[in-house]
Amino acid sequence: MPLRLEARPEPSRAMLWLSPVLAAVLAAAGGGLVFAALGYDPLVALRTLFLDPLSTLDGLTELGLKATPLLLCAIGIAVAVQAGLWNIGAEGQLTMGAIAGGGIALAFGGEGHWWILPAMLLAGAAGGAAWAAIPALLKTRFHAHEILTTLMLSYVAVQFLGWLVHGPWIDPEGFNFPQSRMFEADALLPVLVEGTRLHAGVLLALLAVPLAWALLARTVAGYRLRTIGLAPRAARYAGFSAARGTWLGLCLAGALAGLAGLCEAAGPVGQLQPLMSPGYGFAAIIVAFLGRLQPFGILLAALLMALIYLGGEQLQVSMQLPIAATGTIQGMLLFFLLASDVFIDRRLVRVARRHA
Amino acid sequence: MSLHRRPLLALPALLGAAALRPASAADPFRVGFVYVSPIGDAGWTFQHELGRRAVEAALGPAVKTAYVENVPEGADAERVIRRLAQDGNQLVFATSFGYMNPVEKVARAFPKAKFEHATGYKRAVNLATYSGRYYEPRYLTGLIAGRLSKSGTIGYVAAFPIPEVIQGINAMLLGARSVNPQAVIRVIFTSSWFDPGKERAAADTLVAQGADYLTQHTDSTAVVQAAEEKGVWCSGYDSDMLKYAPKTHTTAVEMHWDDYYIERVRKAIDGSWTSGDVWGGLASGMVRLSRVNPALPAPLLEEVAAKTEAIKSGRLVVFAGPLRDQSGAVKVPEGKALTDPEILSMNWFLEGVQGKL
Repeated sequence: MPLRLEARPEPSRAMLWLSPVLAAVLAAAGGGLVFAALGYDPLVALRTLFLDPLSTLDGLTELGLKATPLLLCAIGIAVAVQAGLWNIGAEGQLTMGAIAGGGIALAFGGEGHWWILPAMLLAGAAGGAAWAAIPALLKTRFHAHEILTTLMLSYVAVQFLGWLVHGPWIDPEGFNFPQSRMFEADALLPVLVEGTRLHAGVLLALLAVPLAWALLARTVAGYRLRTIGLAPRAARYAGFSAARGTWLGLCLAGALAGLAGLCEAAGPVGQLQPLMSPGYGFAAIIVAFLGRLQPFGILLAALLMALIYLGGEQLQVSMQLPIAATGTIQGMLLFFLLASDVFIDRRLVRVARRHA
Repeated sequence: MSLHRRPLLALPALLGAAALRPASAADPFRVGFVYVSPIGDAGWTFQHELGRRAVEAALGPAVKTAYVENVPEGADAERVIRRLAQDGNQLVFATSFGYMNPVEKVARAFPKAKFEHATGYKRAVNLATYSGRYYEPRYLTGLIAGRLSKSGTIGYVAAFPIPEVIQGINAMLLGARSVNPQAVIRVIFTSSWFDPGKERAAADTLVAQGADYLTQHTDSTAVVQAAEEKGVWCSGYDSDMLKYAPKTHTTAVEMHWDDYYIERVRKAIDGSWTSGDVWGGLASGMVRLSRVNPALPAPLLEEVAAKTEAIKSGRLVVFAGPLRDQSGAVKVPEGKALTDPEILSMNWFLEGVQGKL
């Protein structure tokens, strides 16, 4: 009997809640099958993947640490998407944020000024925003699409960082290896839980959630952004400037990504390296859509994504599962989540067979 | 009532006892390995994996090893190394340069565990470093390239312009120029240790620019596969890559960590492990040429064998003067040679290397 996907008259509230549950069950079942096929106990493996990272204080703090850059970048991406802007270049903005803030750390760190960290945070956000302002300018002036410009500028930013740490900012005592000096203690974000790596940056990320929500849902500026995104022509009739929306959306996204980069540099990394992020800016795109572009949803999605990373590592460390297997499970979970979401707006119906 | 309460009261004591229980003689010694790329079946990480397997084979039930592959250099590495230590691994090998600062931090947090870091320079009481003099066999592949290349142009795909990579490029040129004074090397950097697509594109570009001998200082087999398709000679890196280019692969600069790992784990078990730095050359067996292509002419093989012995015995010093840099300035005068610290911080190309740092 043939089946067909049909649009629902309105989104299903039941599926809105059921979809993540369904996805988790399907991913657990699929993952269990893969583990069993590889000769591992599926229950032990699933527990290692999803529960072990959460079972210790150390694991919980690492989860927060890993989720921080994802959360910051994803919220920025989501705000931009709500304004109809596709910011694919969070990775580059993150890198520029790390450069701008890290530059201050390298110039003034160790001198004991009280303003170093605030200045680094500001510079980080400003660096990311400035990098995102280039696509904003190109879009408003020349109608260059931001998907291309933001993505291409990511590579430029990474190359720029590479040049800095190979050249002017290289550690003079580092045997010519491409990395900066380690930041001094006064240029590092304070650690929140003694003995772990969880730093104050996580508070910034958590603060960004209600702020982004308030901006989108409770302010005129947010209303304008969403209108521009949903109905550009209506926005124009209402006198909302699309150009201003482009500037605001992209620069805000850039600032948050830049902050993420600074938090990595002044947090767990503690210096500038050729690569500041293992692709957080790109993973955050998945996180933003997984969180349905809503700040609180993104918080959950960032935690889930971080958990998947940590669990994947844990599977390798304690069960010696090959990395490809953990990648398969991660992919399956994301696939089922997005696939289940299809049923929020659509439903399966049987197609009555037509007789010729 | 009291019957019920007793187990509850005993619980903390039991937990405490479990935590304090010393490792008994029957417990295997646990060793962890951190890899920067997927293990695959050739390359830098694969050679370390061979070393891990050799440890398991040699020491049997006395050891239990664990590994984590594809760990990015950066913030994640510290967590992985820490987790391995927390998990009870008493000796952890961190096998990529970018793990240096993370492994140093973890070593400080776990003073009872021992750590070894490949290719780095930061050491502590419980943190040793080890690396190979890859430039020695690299010189030999340069000699082969100098004899086989008709255009005299060697194409070199390299990851990052760090000293270890620059040493190899300069040594290859010296080997090539020892038999062909006109030989030059063209270099393309890929800014990644493992990116088969980029490595392949770089190899194609180099051949288009006239290179008829290819080699790489990256972790995949893309460059030798490109050489095989283009029909130009090549030499691999890290692993024997003959099976990926059976017609054109001359030999490879091969790393061999088995003996080192077995010795270090043995010492850690019997308590004689101490921190330090090991930089093994051809004489140590840590680096060597892999099996050679049967198509190579016998006189060339004899020449390579003679030079190998000369390097091993110290009669041939790779970085001996006179050496000029790209600007023509004399870096090492006749009769002198680079010292180890100078080699370790090498940041200049020889005259004859075409490429910018």
